[in-house]
Amino acid sequence: MHRIPVFEANRLHFSYGRQKVLDNISLTLEAGNFYAIVGPNGCGKTTLLDIMAGNKTPESGNIRYFGRNIKEYGKRKLAREIALVPQDFYIHFPFTVGEVILMGRHPYIPRLGGPSKEDIDIAEAIIEKTGLYKLKDKYITELSGGEKQRVVFARALVQDTPVLILDEATSNMDIQYTLNFLRAVSKAVSQAGRTVISALHDLNLAATFSNKMVFMKSGRIVSEGNTHGVLTEEGIKAVFNVESRVYFDQYSNSCQVSYKGIGPR
Amino acid sequence: MRSPYLFLLSSLLLLIIVLSTGMGYLEISPFEVLKIILARITGDHELLNGLNHVFPYVVWDVRLPRILTSAIVGAGLSISGVIFQGILLNPLADPYTLGISAGAAFGASIALFLDIHFLGIYSVPIFAFCGAVGTLVAVMSLSSFNREMSSNNLILSGIIVAAILSAGISFLKYMADEQVSIIIFWLMGSFASKTWAEVSLSCVCVLAGFLICLFFARDLNIMSLGDRSANSLGISAGRVRMILLVTASFMTAVCVSVSGIIGFVGLIIPHLMRFFTGADNRKLIPASSLAGAGLLLGADTITRAVLPVEVPVGVLTALIGGPFFCYIFRQRSVGGLRA
Repeated sequence: MHRIPVFEANRLHFSYGRQKVLDNISLTLEAGNFYAIVGPNGCGKTTLLDIMAGNKTPESGNIRYFGRNIKEYGKRKLAREIALVPQDFYIHFPFTVGEVILMGRHPYIPRLGGPSKEDIDIAEAIIEKTGLYKLKDKYITELSGGEKQRVVFARALVQDTPVLILDEATSNMDIQYTLNFLRAVSKAVSQAGRTVISALHDLNLAATFSNKMVFMKSGRIVSEGNTHGVLTEEGIKAVFNVESRVYFDQYSNSCQVSYKGIGPR
Repeated sequence: MRSPYLFLLSSLLLLIIVLSTGMGYLEISPFEVLKIILARITGDHELLNGLNHVFPYVVWDVRLPRILTSAIVGAGLSISGVIFQGILLNPLADPYTLGISAGAAFGASIALFLDIHFLGIYSVPIFAFCGAVGTLVAVMSLSSFNREMSSNNLILSGIIVAAILSAGISFLKYMADEQVSIIIFWLMGSFASKTWAEVSLSCVCVLAGFLICLFFARDLNIMSLGDRSANSLGISAGRVRMILLVTASFMTAVCVSVSGIIGFVGLIIPHLMRFFTGADNRKLIPASSLAGAGLLLGADTITRAVLPVEVPVGVLTALIGGPFFCYIFRQRSVGGLRA
């Protein structure tokens, strides 16, 4: 069965001033997968994700979303298709957690209207599911970094989109919530056919949850494919310049990476 | 989920308007004030029977224009304060952050210094308005880079331009002989001898600005999550920021050109109201406009009718507002941070 890919990036170029950030990126992403995008700092992951979310326009090349150039979608329409959890989660004014999460329904609420019963139900369900119920009436400015990130993540889940883009979306969470969120979204991938595209620094988390992996370095794609095929010692050496061992781990049921330690003292 | 504050604030504002109209050299009771206003609106002159025949003139032609202008300017400055804080993502921003007051002051100083009269009594306001708008254009072009305006760039450009203009004003003051006191007095802000023309002009501009700001209030809420989140929620953050920036600056320019420079209202009121309504701009904008109107009218009434000499209202708002602001700021820092 031939399916139209979620994203087809075709020769994307992007630069900030003279600094090239994306250098001729072509990439096809299929629906129903959890993609992990990995690479060193400043390799262009965030810019690529922003272009996919329609936040940035490439200097040359184009990107298609379900076969149509992403520019042909209206902003509101696109916001009902693609949600983004950004890296930064600084919120400047004392909104309550409940208010911020309900903002995720913005693309569904008419400009001069209020949220419908459905909007509020969806928000309530996500608040319950993500363990934010106790924080619901607290001010976002009073929360810790990890708690804020959970709110920002939940806000994107409330957007209820077929595609979810995560840019280091769990970087400040403790391991319990990291696993909760990543499990929830990978369940949505495997059961509801949604697509997750996630930039992750932790290779083991990436390996545990993704089934596809894209390695990037200096604005180029180095390798891409099934996670267990691409995640190799040579690949990690080539992209991150570190020595490692990659082995299949029974407990996590995935490939895992370990690095040389300095031994017990 | 109608906010009870709005009803409370509107009633309070109406009460202040009626009471302050009665206050002054001639004491007029609130009941008589209402009768006079009703008589003017309905054209029913029998209502005026038995009243001192000077009262209608005092109420309608002398006091009400001044009172309404101060209320409208208070509302305009407070709304602009909400907007500037929201788009610059900085709770310390106020309508003057981008150098708009300095621009207006510079324009007014030039008109006063050169003794320009060819535009009649509107010469100084028009020069002030041009100065404010010119400054806004300069600050915006200085801070846009790659077709994007970051809030840091805007604030920095505002400070730079304001510093240059302040030096220019000092220079004009130094050069001016007998006009120097007029310049200084204008800079301190005043509502003395306002007319119905100024009431209607400022009313139309502030009302239009209010509606535009309210229209984009939800977008402004979401923009406080940052541009990346706002864009992915379907908001053109850059475009909304530009529209609101121009709207708020225009409102500020109109207010300044009508009244001179009145500080602190645009800074304190949004903070104070955020305390009651929360950060939601859909509630914050109406609440701030009503509270700002009441506060500035109250301050103007104190200087006009209570104090033995008329202190410039801009000085009074800073003198009352400054310490008051310090107080709430301390209270909030001690009792749990909200902003």
